Amino acid sequence: MVWQLFWVFVKIGLMSFGGGYAVLTLIQREVAARNWVDPGEFQEIVALAGMAPGSIATNAATLIGYAEGGIAGAIAATVGIILPSLLIVVVLTACFLRLQGNDWIRSSFYGLRPIVTGLIIYAAIHFGFSGRTYPLQSWSMAGTLLITGGCLLLVSKYKVHPFAVILLSAAAGIILF
Amino acid sequence: MNAAFIQRMKRIGQIFTVFLKIGPSTFGGGYAMIATIEQEIVHRKAWMSKEEMGDMVSISGSAPGGVAVNSAAFIGYRLGGWLGAIAAVIAITLPTFLIVFLLSALSAMFKDNMKVAAALKGIHAAVVALIMVAAVKMWKSSVLDTATLVITILTVTLLLLTGIHSLYLILGGPLAGILIVYMKKKCGLTVQTEKGQGEPERELHFPEYYI
Repeated sequence: MVWQLFWVFVKIGLMSFGGGYAVLTLIQREVAARNWVDPGEFQEIVALAGMAPGSIATNAATLIGYAEGGIAGAIAATVGIILPSLLIVVVLTACFLRLQGNDWIRSSFYGLRPIVTGLIIYAAIHFGFSGRTYPLQSWSMAGTLLITGGCLLLVSKYKVHPFAVILLSAAAGIILF
Repeated sequence: MNAAFIQRMKRIGQIFTVFLKIGPSTFGGGYAMIATIEQEIVHRKAWMSKEEMGDMVSISGSAPGGVAVNSAAFIGYRLGGWLGAIAAVIAITLPTFLIVFLLSALSAMFKDNMKVAAALKGIHAAVVALIMVAAVKMWKSSVLDTATLVITILTVTLLLLTGIHSLYLILGGPLAGILIVYMKKKCGLTVQTEKGQGEPERELHFPEYYI
């Protein structure tokens, strides 16, 4: 189990271009394929992961590892998701001067960036609607939309810090639900 | 034990302590952390120059993974080789790892508490908003012309309708990029492969890197 967790998260780590939010989709995919945590549990994990400092993807890996394989599983999943980044960054750093400004690299990122954008958009759609246990026209849905809309306004218009937004929405959740 | 070895171990110990300190302050994520790193590494310790910070940001933004971990790996490697990189990455991850555990233990304890469940539901709604903000920001730096717009729409459509594995998309992206740039150049068109320099707004928080 521990090895399996490790390898699955190494694979995810290798593909985690664009950082946490783009990876959430991938993590959920891999986790669902193995029946590791159910969608409801996954949502809870992501909420917890968003509360802790650091990468939401790494935090989610830690929690999924813990749920499936205890402390050893948590360590295996965390090391697994970080290891590819560590290796790739060191190699890139070592040969950075030769790569910088290379036309091939520029073209590759020109094509990769819109893919990452697509992955993040999908994560928003998917994460917004999956694991929903209540109908579309209900108080829960209205409350969720209200909080999401309020957060959008706070972050994009008033430049409120993401962590403050998370705390505020926890309070709003207690009041509304 | 020669003096050089002891010197190196000492340096690696220092790297570890500095990143252990930076780790818990990564609330607000990677790019918010870069300000902290600059203060610690460039100003206080004078381990790196400001120009090197620029290299760091471009490498850690383009490699897979979170900006925070990637930056730690970059600095650790520059200062102390492989061991330095490993020490920095462990140090920046360890505090978060423990905090995540604490949170998960707390939530397990209060799992059946109505108020905690309601708070988590509220946070879930907030995370959706943060993901949306991240998508908008990423859109601004990636959708530069019709070709990139088509790629983005195609990606979302494929994910929604076919359940294609992201791996194929991530592998296909660079190939498509190289092909499009090549074709456009053949047709005598100029391609802007990156967002223009001198972006007017420089923000403190980058929600997309709350990762």
